[in-house]
Amino acid sequence: MKVEDKLAMNKFEIDREVHITVDELKCRECKLTACVYACPADCYILRNGHVTFSYEGCLECGSCRFACDQGAIRWVNPRGGFGICYQYG
Amino acid sequence: MEKFDAIVVGAGPAGSTAAYVMAKAGLQVLVLERGKYPGAKNMWGGAFFGPVMEQLYPGFWKEAPIERSVSRHAISLLTEKDALTVDFKSERFEKNRGFIVLRAKFDQWLAKKAEQAGAIVATSLEVDDFIFENGAIAGVKVGSEKFPGNVVILGDGANSLLAAKAGLRKEYTIHDIKQGVKEVIKLPREMIENRFQLKGDNGAVMECIGSCTRGLPGGGFLYTNRDSVSVGVVVQLSAVVENRTKASELLEDFKRHPVIAEYIKDGESVEYSAHLIPVTGLKILPRLAKDGVLIAGDAAGLVLGTGLILEGANFAMASGIAAAETVIQAKANNNFTRAALAQYEQLLKKGFVLQELNTFKKAPAFLENKRIYTTYPELACNMAMNIFENDGSIRGGSFKTLMASMKGKVSFWQLIMDAYKAKESL
Repeated sequence: MKVEDKLAMNKFEIDREVHITVDELKCRECKLTACVYACPADCYILRNGHVTFSYEGCLECGSCRFACDQGAIRWVNPRGGFGICYQYG
Repeated sequence: MEKFDAIVVGAGPAGSTAAYVMAKAGLQVLVLERGKYPGAKNMWGGAFFGPVMEQLYPGFWKEAPIERSVSRHAISLLTEKDALTVDFKSERFEKNRGFIVLRAKFDQWLAKKAEQAGAIVATSLEVDDFIFENGAIAGVKVGSEKFPGNVVILGDGANSLLAAKAGLRKEYTIHDIKQGVKEVIKLPREMIENRFQLKGDNGAVMECIGSCTRGLPGGGFLYTNRDSVSVGVVVQLSAVVENRTKASELLEDFKRHPVIAEYIKDGESVEYSAHLIPVTGLKILPRLAKDGVLIAGDAAGLVLGTGLILEGANFAMASGIAAAETVIQAKANNNFTRAALAQYEQLLKKGFVLQELNTFKKAPAFLENKRIYTTYPELACNMAMNIFENDGSIRGGSFKTLMASMKGKVSFWQLIMDAYKAKESL
């Protein structure tokens, strides 16, 4: 089962306000791309050697902010009530 | 503006428990939860042990949304094609057993208890900062809205953004945390009971180490819910990054393992979740109190994992009680300084939370030994294969078979050393 199909099962209240901002200049220099492997929701994808980012499927675990060694990720929680809404947990 | 005696951030096991105890003692308590409802952001394996719950809510299992109570606990060593399992089943399990719950329902129940005791639980509110007065924390901010309080109790979980902001600790490194991913898979009740050989509301926990994490520190798990099975993988975050692998892929491997696949086949996946677990215990223990603030549960890293013993929610609730008792005393003395709140650490040291973390303080380092996840599962399964198969050649004794299986993988001396370290750590 693909991650995108897994995420499609989940209930999200998508916030139009982005809660993770990525400093793309720093990403361009980054060889490790730790975020790509750390994120369980594939929010960070490697395309042609570059990381592209989307926040919509974020499960709010925080792995990326600990994994990034470039200081490129600015992470806040989505606004109250938004983001992942686990039905089972 | 109304000033609360205590403001609790996060309506999880630590926060709701603290709120319940304080409200019951007559304190004005406000709980702020960022999820749409308590539990909306929370996931786990999972099961918890009941003594703290029983102390707070006698006979809780009759009323709380318990999925199943554990009567079977199996631990498996996996290679890609084999599983060697120690399978403990008992009819002697009574009230001290583990209880399997799903967090979305369970955390709502816990928060309801706090509410019934008189606490105000407000959801969909993300605390993003503190009110500081003369260097002391004197409440919280939600955007531009201010909520003044004598004390703030942080129960905002493993990925606490506020712990660092309060100056209680530095951020974790990827060596301090494990990542858990899980799928909830729906199956008919009777099918679960047949497959896992369970009677009625009894439940099973299965933990696996070995190929399920491709040899990385961590493991796989299965928990039976009432009409679904939780299947997941926990793995050291540093190992994920260093090996350029993904927990989501490990989970797929685990679900495909011939032994695991039989338990979940024809099931329908209904949810995918992920969470962090702080695993290095005392090493990452933050300052537990400062002027006007306390930290409890996962946010304080109060989690114990030895591979055999797993404690999270029970520790969170116990720390919630200790934090609440400290605040009740502080309120009686009208003193909310760091010195007054230091009682919290004393209470945790007197109780099982810090004592057990201390007993097992060597476990996190021991559990980083890769042989536990690679060499030993393989060795154990190969030994079993040698014993339970007969290719017609002349058999040697068990010791000889063991030595032959170990050849090129691990020296006898290393095996003895690892066994000694296991004894010292676990």
